Amino acid sequence: MALITCRGASFGYEGNTAVAGLNFEVQSGNYLCVVGENGSGKSTLIKGLLRLKAPIEGSVLMGDGLKPTEIGYLPQQTAAQKDFPASAYEVVLSGRLSARGVLPFYTCKDKAAANESIERLGITLLRRRCYRELSGGQQQRVLLARALCATQKVLLLDEPVAGLDPVVTQELYRLIAEINHNTGITIIMVSHDIHSAVKYASHILHLKNRQAFFGTTTGYLNSPVSKAFMGGERND
Amino acid sequence: MINTLIEMWQQPFIIRAVVVGVLVSLCAALLGVSLVLKRYAMIGDGLSHVGFGSLAVAMAFNLAPLEVSIPVVVLAAFLLLRISESSKIKGDAAIALISASALALGVMLISITTGLNTDVCNFMFGSLLTLSKDDLALSVVLSAVVLTVFVLAYNKIFAVTFDESFAKATGVKTSMYNMLIAFLTAITIVLGMRMMGAMLISALIIFPALTSMRLCKTFRTVTLCSALVSVGCFFIGANASFIGIQVRQGHGFITRSLPTGATIVVVNLIAFLIFWLINAIKGRVRK
Repeated sequence: MALITCRGASFGYEGNTAVAGLNFEVQSGNYLCVVGENGSGKSTLIKGLLRLKAPIEGSVLMGDGLKPTEIGYLPQQTAAQKDFPASAYEVVLSGRLSARGVLPFYTCKDKAAANESIERLGITLLRRRCYRELSGGQQQRVLLARALCATQKVLLLDEPVAGLDPVVTQELYRLIAEINHNTGITIIMVSHDIHSAVKYASHILHLKNRQAFFGTTTGYLNSPVSKAFMGGERND
Repeated sequence: MINTLIEMWQQPFIIRAVVVGVLVSLCAALLGVSLVLKRYAMIGDGLSHVGFGSLAVAMAFNLAPLEVSIPVVVLAAFLLLRISESSKIKGDAAIALISASALALGVMLISITTGLNTDVCNFMFGSLLTLSKDDLALSVVLSAVVLTVFVLAYNKIFAVTFDESFAKATGVKTSMYNMLIAFLTAITIVLGMRMMGAMLISALIIFPALTSMRLCKTFRTVTLCSALVSVGCFFIGANASFIGIQVRQGHGFITRSLPTGATIVVVNLIAFLIFWLINAIKGRVRK
């Protein structure tokens, strides 16, 4: 069975449908990019996948023993976070909360997992640094380490490169691809950056308040949807 | 001066006041970190005005002030939280609306019934020395509850404060923890209102957190440091207010005691300025 399956799912707010007719499967180890314009239903879909929003119609099924709280989520940064006094280590460790359940304090195992995830992302030197003093790219790495702490199976990234400069953006994309390649963790990424999406992703889901395309990246590049979308962007 | 202090410290009502003061300062400082970082600092201010309104009602009907205020302020806390979470009404405007209304109702009720007497002044600007033995017992029990819950929920509170969406996604019941923070804040505010006064209690929540954020870099150190700063400022402020200052009158000097709440706030302000200055100097040196 697939890791995540959407069957005829629709999501919306207070009676208004934001995105409808979703039929797709994410297999373990896939790298799926969700693309589409602003307001095309990407954020709503993320809430649906995280089970923060129940589908209006259809269903979202989790396979391979995946629990909704086992999704490593990288949300968009909020303004309050940018000047938050916390060490990188404290932020990463908070990724273990889902494993903690009702117990109030972290165990040695949690701390070891946090340190492992810090090493994996090459931010050992930043461990004790204050989050608000890090650069945008470093902050994203810390948040990615936290997301990795929360999951063994799937990372859900909401526009992880928003606001980063081109060099740092490429580094982060490479890092995400590396995680996907080396550990087999499934990646689901929402992105505006269609050109990087087709460069790194194995599958593409294109939303236009409905499912405009779902399939492999090669299939997408040959589809009329992509030609309109990517061509349009080049003309800008 | 030393003699005055020693004499003071032998009075049971001073000991009572100090015990309650230390506990309330601790609670306020711990919760303050989360409130300031979540941009909820104004909720503390709003709640203190609601607290004043409910104290006025309690006084008008000759009821026990704390027992009436606590449920009213807790209810108001949940209401304010709901309002600031909903996008339809802007949170800060709604808080100002509720706090001004509560204050106005309180003042009206007081004018009709008792008039602006010393008791009312004490509620507005605080007095350490009016605590009864029952007040002490209730304050100790409630602050112990606030401190225990805070320590047990510390990691969850960090997660909810730093990143609500992430916490929610990993299965933390964020609205429950927001309510918990609001609930604990409401209790702390009512307990602290006797000492600091309704007009000044929100300073006890906001100042220590802001002060320690000048210098501390991690959530844990910010929390610990604001607890220390808060208790320290309380001690200095309370003692200064007991001793009072010498003012010239006629040909001699007389000692005037200082208002407790206001003195504690001023000490907090000085601490804030010192921390800010150290941070500024550190920044200079590094450059």
